[in-house]
Amino acid sequence: MMASSYNAKEEDGHHSGSAGLGGAAIRSRKPDNTAFKQQRLPAWQPILTAGTVLPAFFVIGLIFIPIGIGLFVTSNNIKEFEIDYTGTDMSSPCFNCSQSFSWNSSTPCKCVLPFSLEQPFESNVFMYYGLSNFYQNHRRYVKSRDDSQLNGDERSLKEPSKECEPYRSSENKPIAPCGAIANSMFNDTLDLFYIDPNGTKTQIPLIKKGIAWWTDKHVKFRNPGNNPNLTTVFIDTAKPVNWRKPVYELDTDSENNGFINEDFIVWMRTAALPTFRKLYRIIQKKNNMTPTLPRGNYTLEVTYNYPVRSFEGRKRMILSTISWMGGKNPFLGIAYITVGSICFFLGVVLLFIHHKYGNRNNSSDIPN
Amino acid sequence: MHIYKPEQEPAVRSLGPENLLLKGATLKNTKKIYGVSVYTGMETKMALNYQGKSQKRSAVEKSINAFLCVYLCILISKAVVCTTLKYVWQSKEGQDEPWYNQKTQKEKDTFMYLKMFTDFLSFMVLFNFIIPVSMYVTVEMQKFFGSFFIKWDNDFFDPEIKEGALVNTSDLNEELGQVEYVFTDKTGTLTQNNMEFIECCIDGFQYRQRDVRSELDGFTVTDGPVHKLQPKAGVEKEELFLRALCLCHTVQVKEAGSEETLGDRLDGMLPKPEEERGFIASSPDEVALVKGAMKYGFTFLGLENKKMKIRNRQNDIEEYSLLHVLNFDPVRRRMSVIVQTRSGETLLFCKGADSSIFPRVRPEEVDRIRLHVERNATEGYRTLCVAYKQLTAEEYMVAETGLQDARLALQDREEKLMAMYNQLETGMSLIGATAVEDRLQEEAAETMEALQGAGMKIWVLTGDKMETAKSTCYACRLFQRGTELLELTVRTLEDGRSKREERLLELLRDYHKRAVQDAPPVRTGVVTRSWCGSQEYGFIIDGATLTLVMNPPRDADASLYRSLFLQICQNCTTVLCCRMAPLQKAQIVKMVKNSKGSPITLSIGDGANDVSMILEAHVGIGIKGKEGRQAVRNSDYAIPKLKHLKKLLLAHGHLYYVRIAHLVQYFFYKNLCFILPQFLYQFFCGYSQQPLYDAAYLTMYNICFTSLPILAYSLLEQHICIEILLDNATLYREIAKNAMLRWRPFLYWTLLGIFQGLMFFFGVRFLFSNPALQDNGQVFGNWSYGTIVFTVLVFTVTLKLALDTRHWTWLNHSAIWGSLAFYVFFSFFWGGIIWPFLKQQRLYFVFANMLSSVSAWLVIIILILLSLLPEILLMVLRKPRGPLSRQKKPGQSNVGGIPSSQSSARPLLMRTFSDESNTVILTVFLQDELVFDGCCHTSLLQASEGALLTGAVGWDHQSSLTSADLHPLRFNKTQQRFQLESHDSKSHKTAPSRHFLL
Repeated sequence: MMASSYNAKEEDGHHSGSAGLGGAAIRSRKPDNTAFKQQRLPAWQPILTAGTVLPAFFVIGLIFIPIGIGLFVTSNNIKEFEIDYTGTDMSSPCFNCSQSFSWNSSTPCKCVLPFSLEQPFESNVFMYYGLSNFYQNHRRYVKSRDDSQLNGDERSLKEPSKECEPYRSSENKPIAPCGAIANSMFNDTLDLFYIDPNGTKTQIPLIKKGIAWWTDKHVKFRNPGNNPNLTTVFIDTAKPVNWRKPVYELDTDSENNGFINEDFIVWMRTAALPTFRKLYRIIQKKNNMTPTLPRGNYTLEVTYNYPVRSFEGRKRMILSTISWMGGKNPFLGIAYITVGSICFFLGVVLLFIHHKYGNRNNSSDIPN
Repeated sequence: MHIYKPEQEPAVRSLGPENLLLKGATLKNTKKIYGVSVYTGMETKMALNYQGKSQKRSAVEKSINAFLCVYLCILISKAVVCTTLKYVWQSKEGQDEPWYNQKTQKEKDTFMYLKMFTDFLSFMVLFNFIIPVSMYVTVEMQKFFGSFFIKWDNDFFDPEIKEGALVNTSDLNEELGQVEYVFTDKTGTLTQNNMEFIECCIDGFQYRQRDVRSELDGFTVTDGPVHKLQPKAGVEKEELFLRALCLCHTVQVKEAGSEETLGDRLDGMLPKPEEERGFIASSPDEVALVKGAMKYGFTFLGLENKKMKIRNRQNDIEEYSLLHVLNFDPVRRRMSVIVQTRSGETLLFCKGADSSIFPRVRPEEVDRIRLHVERNATEGYRTLCVAYKQLTAEEYMVAETGLQDARLALQDREEKLMAMYNQLETGMSLIGATAVEDRLQEEAAETMEALQGAGMKIWVLTGDKMETAKSTCYACRLFQRGTELLELTVRTLEDGRSKREERLLELLRDYHKRAVQDAPPVRTGVVTRSWCGSQEYGFIIDGATLTLVMNPPRDADASLYRSLFLQICQNCTTVLCCRMAPLQKAQIVKMVKNSKGSPITLSIGDGANDVSMILEAHVGIGIKGKEGRQAVRNSDYAIPKLKHLKKLLLAHGHLYYVRIAHLVQYFFYKNLCFILPQFLYQFFCGYSQQPLYDAAYLTMYNICFTSLPILAYSLLEQHICIEILLDNATLYREIAKNAMLRWRPFLYWTLLGIFQGLMFFFGVRFLFSNPALQDNGQVFGNWSYGTIVFTVLVFTVTLKLALDTRHWTWLNHSAIWGSLAFYVFFSFFWGGIIWPFLKQQRLYFVFANMLSSVSAWLVIIILILLSLLPEILLMVLRKPRGPLSRQKKPGQSNVGGIPSSQSSARPLLMRTFSDESNTVILTVFLQDELVFDGCCHTSLLQASEGALLTGAVGWDHQSSLTSADLHPLRFNKTQQRFQLESHDSKSHKTAPSRHFLL
């Protein structure tokens, strides 16, 4: 064996064409002359120089500043009205409700808050409720849900996920919907009345359709079974402990009842920050002639069910119009204007530097 | 060992190291042998070598570990901060357990401190992504695949041995870009170890061969018999000398043709025609000598039954019985044979280095030969002296028994043998000296010059004589005309009146003063020392003195000697250590390796005697030379030729270092800005360990979304293209001392990561102050928040890499844009389906909804831009000082650029040589010319040719032009190469004779 391997080597010295047994392997040792193996792949070699970056800075500046102004103006044109109805103040109409709150009271506490709009809200108005110091993003809270139960899985309905503890079962029946999120669903009722200058009070129609993501409403959340009669479907389940009524009585409309109740779906999308707002109702524009909410006096009638005093939370009602960029938020506009200006300014500075000191290096700046 | 044979007296034979069969030995002269295994297991050479090998770690890894410690501290402090704040926060009324978020019974029951501990641990888990575990995988992949580029490099392919470079370890790729000290062997590394008998000197008369083969032309001319230049020595002396050459060796003859047996083919030599015999020996010098003797008419025919056969000039076969071989060893530096002529005379022939022979012969003989020996040594030849001694019968008997006893001694056999050898090898008479030429490796000088230009200090460690080594150094341009040589050898030690030890200290102090204290202060940190500014020093030390330095006399302060020595060496561009034993080589490497600042060392060698040094250095490089495979096997990288070292270090090493350094920094950076938003989110979610990103994103971030672009970058990046790297050796200095992985760049990357992390988080945070981001008034939740941050993150981090990429191949394009596309695709896919195996459908349509929001788009765009803005700005402002502009400034490129462009056209002849050696050669040839006018041109031709081939002779190129003109056929190729110069120099072309008189 040894001899044969030496043979191969010997032949190597003689002629490279012969087909020795081990010869082929040795001979192919010459590396392939491919661009990849020789690290000579054709390559684009961009060089960032003042010359190439300068125009970019100017272009960015010129694009961003108008966008920023546009955003800023848009944001400023959005009408937003916010009213806190927590009732921590003695003077607040909801003070009594907040003080005398008890989970077991059978009669709901109601309070009425008058407010007035200085400016008319022209387009569709979106009504939000806002909570502060409410940690919907707490880990224990976020994971306390069972998505397969909410998706209509009947097995999960009978036996919810362990993540739902300690809101998994009550009275030896599985809770539907289980978990802390569902259990703490926001259940204040907000009604809006317009007070005519002549004193008559008209309720403003609030639309509860379209407040949840379409995919949530139609795919992610589903009632279990095909039985339209939800009462029988949820027969062996218990209502969440803090709820006043079971899930199948959330709404009279069968399209908005059970798990696919939009208020419920909106609540189930946990907020990112401890101060948040959630879409509650939509006030549709009636016609082009009258604004959706004309300027004038209004009253907000609150059915005060939701306690926040224990954790020093706040509750707000927000009325807002919406633009193509969403709700009112001056941040983006300011950010774009700032960045645009910085880029423009840097462009000017660089141009100055380039002209004053760059001449020396001109030759090296230009890539071959 | 007693040998018992039936019906015979038991014979006693010695067993010594020469009887040991090492791994890989093949049987040649016999069919079988009986053996006893001596070493097994961990005692074997292989196992011992293996231990030494496994310890090499690169400096980059050390940096990584340091960075890891920092990040570990960040991780722990983050977890501690969060845990503390959590409990501070929870202590407030109603925060810990509001009515909407009750704890389970189990949680309530848990002991408080245990809860704190588990909280701490879960924060660790949450933030653990800051430790880039995937970096190790990527680094390994990068190293593994990256090493293929060395293997694949066509420039490393040597057509002679039909092999390219060999990579034995992939761990040290980047170390090639960090080398500060190069330790090189001389024989076989700087030189080709292709010995050729050049001349000999018999009894003071010079014999020079005429038929030097001109290999530059590619065809071989072996014409004519030996031509003697000069008044001959007596025929007797001459023949005695040649017989000595023929007898005093351990060469074996490979008879061609006649024995084409299986066993004979093992030696790997090709069958040759009758005339040309194959000689095999452990040392190529011996073969050269035997071949040299053959050319003078004495042919060694072989050894049979202890009889050496020689065919002499009269074509008679002379037979000598070989009585003893006194083996060569590096300490004695000589070998001897004792033979008996037919007539019964017993002769001892000894050959060895002059220093070991001269003291053993009569002084008056020495003087006649010393001049020749020294001249030859200065020319870069390897010289050996030959001496002989006639032994009387009594003397021989004494020697015989003495040797026998010593060989059979079980204790101190070595010492006893040595003493016996020494006793025998005295009182000899010197008959002559030989000069064997060892050619320089191709482009040895260019390579060395480039390495020096790259800021590396080159130490030549050789076992050769100082003069030989010095001239090789001059030829390699390691020493230049202006280099001031500081010599610390036995010779300089002994010229003083004082004791050697005192003189040593005195010299050390003196040199230290000159080289270290008087030298302009070298700025620490990044090496910015100008190349041609200060005086250069070269340092020469020999083995004996080194021993003295390493083990100074008892009363002296050992560390003082060493530190003085080290400081001198560190301020010299080149250090030459001659007369080194293999172990001393390793000792020196170790000393430098462990010196202050622990510089990266590289050893390059080709023979077994370099193995210890190769194993000791950070990077060991083996040359696939003639002296076996041992060095190659023990090396980290093996290259066919010395010239390949330049590309290996300057191009491959530089690129690998830049690639991996960037890779490491980038990994830390990208994980920092990945995890920082998650950390910041804790302040907004009640320190509840709520992850900001979905679990899929957490897992996929390092595995899929950001891994491929950096891998492609780390394999393909050429921030400066290879040609420029090779031309400008100074570029290597820019990455010296781990420049890209120091704390400053690390701090820069960390700050960048922190800045971007803050940007990502707070940018989105301000956007979410009103979460109604869609034009239908619907709001976004926490997963949308995380997804927006994550999208910004992935894009920014990838685009940051895109900004850093200077070399966009299609692979980079596909990796970068492919990764981003994959991220988008994956997000759609992941959010597009209700996954049955997931407990929570957190991301269901989150990504698609995000993209339907104009605000999200706008914030993503502006955050990416804002995060990259400082980077772009810095890049633009830094540009004028960048490496590309540097190469165009003429003043700075004189190290690599101009010489290397010329060096290809300018052969070794042109090189400046020391004045000293120049004059020596001139005088020699002046003599020649005066005596043999007719031979002037021939000798000239030989001289210039020798110079051409060895590079050892610093000769003005005009002389070579003249000889080239005389022999146009032979030199046509050379002439082509000279054409550039010849045009310039024609104006002042002078006759050779006049030239000599200068």
